Amino acid sequence: MQCDNCGERPAAIHLTQIEGNSVTTVHLCEQCAAEKGVQTGASVAKLPLSGFLASVGQGAAAALPADADAGGCGFCGATLQDFRATGRLGCAHCYVTFEQQIRELLRRIHGSHVHAGRIYLPATAATEAEPVHLHAELREQLRRAVEAENFELAAELRDRLKVLE
Amino acid sequence: MSVDFSLLPDGGLSWLDGSGPESHVVLSTRIRLARNLERRPFTVRAEPSDLLAARSQIGDAARETTALRDAAVFAVDDLELIERQLLHERHMISRELAGLERQAAVRPGASLLTNGQIGVMVNEEDHVRMQVLRSGFDLSASYRELERVDTELGGQLPFAFHPEFGYLTACPTNAGTGLRASVLIHLPGLVLTKEIAKVLQGLAQVGLTFRGLYGEGSEVVGNFFQLSNQTTLGKSEEDLLDHLESMVRQVVDYEEQARDVLQQEAPSVIADKVWRAYGLLRYARSLSFEETMNLLSGVRLGLGLNLIRDVSVYTLNKLLILTQPAHLAAQDGRALSDPTLPVSRATFVRQMLESDAARG
Repeated sequence: MQCDNCGERPAAIHLTQIEGNSVTTVHLCEQCAAEKGVQTGASVAKLPLSGFLASVGQGAAAALPADADAGGCGFCGATLQDFRATGRLGCAHCYVTFEQQIRELLRRIHGSHVHAGRIYLPATAATEAEPVHLHAELREQLRRAVEAENFELAAELRDRLKVLE
Repeated sequence: MSVDFSLLPDGGLSWLDGSGPESHVVLSTRIRLARNLERRPFTVRAEPSDLLAARSQIGDAARETTALRDAAVFAVDDLELIERQLLHERHMISRELAGLERQAAVRPGASLLTNGQIGVMVNEEDHVRMQVLRSGFDLSASYRELERVDTELGGQLPFAFHPEFGYLTACPTNAGTGLRASVLIHLPGLVLTKEIAKVLQGLAQVGLTFRGLYGEGSEVVGNFFQLSNQTTLGKSEEDLLDHLESMVRQVVDYEEQARDVLQQEAPSVIADKVWRAYGLLRYARSLSFEETMNLLSGVRLGLGLNLIRDVSVYTLNKLLILTQPAHLAAQDGRALSDPTLPVSRATFVRQMLESDAARG
């Protein structure tokens, strides 16, 4: 099959577009596709990774709902707008402040928002100083996990609370 | 302060010795874990005083660990540009920590602790980025080593951790395990048979990604690729590594098949390519860095195909590192912009190849 655009080179990209009720299929060679700005796997693969990651991170950050901008992080003062601009969060507390948005973002980036790796056991000094803090934090997480019907996480949190108690 | 690699066992070059598994295709394995300190703003939002405090907190903790008790410490923020670039060329620090990114100066408090194989970048995008670098394709041994460091450091430092999201990082793309494992792999067979685009596309579909020789943002030169996991959350460290392991193993198989095809279908073309590369490296009087990389790739292929025996993998690997601009310039105390660097590069390459050939 020849390219629909130049009629010379063999078509390598078959693009199907759906607009309203009409479906159109165009067959293009790689060169014409590139000229028309169609991104193929091959051309995506040529992009350096940082650009790609930035587009994943920032693209997703930019897609966060605008009305979520109301407040900043109580600890570092960062706002969602800052995050959108830099692709970086300001501090660990931002994850709690913007929890809803970040959960959605993590799901989009990683396909999941629930950590399944190593569990961090706080440094001894920190635990002794704030066992109550950790306990309360876990309890709060548990409440939210149940609310979000994330029962797998809830079970894990309950286990961890038991160990702590 | 200056950079003195003699402080490190083996001068910090053991990961290049070609002793690891699959080293005919895989140069090295690197794993890093990103961690942040609780109750401190992440580095992008921190004041210089926060960064300096984080540095001493992390430095103190590292001295309590077995792996890093005797680590060399480089205060990156005190180093000249050429020294920072030297550390970057050694794959010991990232472009960001070295302050080589456009319009970004070195961050106050930026440091490197290293014992040669294990290093901790302090005040990179995250407060702590610990990494291990080993020769060949060796993910599980690398991770075991790093896991110990993580456990030891975590026993000293309050890491930012969230029961649902895992380890918290400045960029959400690293959250969860904070683990990025990458394998530096040489794929001339797949490039020459033009199968490489297909392979890279396939990798993207299974959640892996690739970069050039220097990691994030770098271009592919000399047919060297870094293959790594793209996601860090939702799977355990072991699962992430197992997945990367099995995929890289497939890529190694494809590369071997491609080399077989080349040798069966175009043996004289390949032999000519390989020997031309060797001839140029051995006799040229001026070499650009990029040309050197591409020629080294050709010679390396020749070595893999048993066409050339006059040079060792270790020498080729060392040339890869030691012919970079900052290494050459630092050798004779010249500026990075010195126009005679290509001439020194050619001289250096010639000497290394001659001494290998004489030994052979």
